Amino acid sequence: MQTSGTSGALRIERLVKEYRAGTPVLRSIDLTIASTGLTSIIGPSGTGKSTLIRCINRLVTPTSGRILMRLAGEEVDMVQLHGRALRRARRHIGMVFQEYNLVERLTVMENLLTGRLGYLSAWRAWRRKFEPEDIAHAHQLLAVVGLSQFANQRADALSGGQRQRVGIARALMQQPSVLLADEPTSSLDPKTSVEIIQLLRDQGVQRNIPVMVNIHDVELARRYSDRIVGMTGGNVVYDGPPAGLTEEHLHTIYGGKAWLE
Amino acid sequence: MNTTSTTATATSAATQAFRWSTGQKVVALAVAAYFVWMMANLGVSPERLAVGWEQGARFIGRMFPPELGKMDELAQGIKETLQIAVLATALGLLLSLPVGLMAARNLSPAPLRVAGRAFIAACRALHPVISAILFVKAVGFGPLAGILALVVATVGFVGKLFADAIEEISPKPIEAMRATGASFANVVLFGVLPQVASRFVGFATYQLDSNLRNSTMVGIVGAGGIGGALFAAFLRYEYSFVCTILATVIAIIVAGELIVNAVRKALHV
Repeated sequence: MQTSGTSGALRIERLVKEYRAGTPVLRSIDLTIASTGLTSIIGPSGTGKSTLIRCINRLVTPTSGRILMRLAGEEVDMVQLHGRALRRARRHIGMVFQEYNLVERLTVMENLLTGRLGYLSAWRAWRRKFEPEDIAHAHQLLAVVGLSQFANQRADALSGGQRQRVGIARALMQQPSVLLADEPTSSLDPKTSVEIIQLLRDQGVQRNIPVMVNIHDVELARRYSDRIVGMTGGNVVYDGPPAGLTEEHLHTIYGGKAWLE
Repeated sequence: MNTTSTTATATSAATQAFRWSTGQKVVALAVAAYFVWMMANLGVSPERLAVGWEQGARFIGRMFPPELGKMDELAQGIKETLQIAVLATALGLLLSLPVGLMAARNLSPAPLRVAGRAFIAACRALHPVISAILFVKAVGFGPLAGILALVVATVGFVGKLFADAIEEISPKPIEAMRATGASFANVVLFGVLPQVASRFVGFATYQLDSNLRNSTMVGIVGAGGIGGALFAAFLRYEYSFVCTILATVIAIIVAGELIVNAVRKALHV
């Protein structure tokens, strides 16, 4: 249980998503994510960054394409999975959300343990009967994110930054093979944003798993990413190290000039 | 000069603001005339009022002193009434959970949701007295009919409010739990129920209060409880016993409300 997740590279091939037929949000995305390192996806609002992240764990169902991953020693194509097989695959993919998505009325500890719900029968869930090692692990993770003294507080008593730490700890409870984060810093102040990105990066390095982050703050992405993917209009228009990202690229990604000066 | 004329204008404007228009006067007169006509039509006259007043006084006079010699009959009826109320509330709440989940737009597929909503609407359509009469005909006289009638009322009320409460929950934690690979049942247990639990307790205590009142009444149509004794006492012109029963019922309802309020306060709902 305590082993860090199997490191799984992620291969996205010709991924297309159309919410309405004929108007693709993602136009044939090809991406290969290395088995370690933090990848930031930048781009204007409405360009499909969120959709791309959500296709990976199938909160959004792609129109076509393949998403190949190695999860728990098994090669899977996320696009083809349904029902129980999909739920089993999702257990290995952690996700962090912009608005934390905690259950406000549950305690911090209970919120962390929801990360193990994929392994719990309904009968045990009804009786709140989690494995003792999961509870021990949750306490460990609370210490890692610096919230040990908040274990029995309700989630709605926490500040934004603290809630996001709970969100990250919940994702880590899954012992994920991949960590996804959909604009994890967009609701936070600049200082907390840096701490959250650092935490995501450190955990990715320690666990030897890839981290994919959607992010609006280009400077933050530059400082902490190993790789930056720039998207616009449903296409990848830049893919490379932060150092290679020029003003020309930013102009292509976001359009306009005034904001760059 | 100038100031005086301004004051005069202001005063007349103020009186004008409250003056009734001709149209309003006509409408007010018409309404008053309609009321007088209705009273005459229904035979409500000063003479009729006087007769009613006199009879009311005689009726109240015959209620006192309250009959205290039939405590066994009273206790039996009250016990049955309380049992009907508590059992019907418990069973009704248990049934409301799945029915409410079924009827919630955000959790349930369309055909199931329509079935759930239709079932709730059917339960709500009938007044408890009418469904009590139906159940007396269906299962025979006695408390079973009363319990069934109040279960129907509970599902109608709590089921609908529960479904509405579920439709208002935040979808964000639900999304997060689906992302961890949780099954539908576990998402409901950890994502949905915690968000609606306190409101459900609120509905439940309200319905217990409501069922206490309703259970005193289903007996009138033969569905068990103190209502039966009350109706029999009326038929036998035992108004002093009627007085005892009514006083007891009022005491129980007030006590029930106090207890329910204390529970609500203790549970912070």
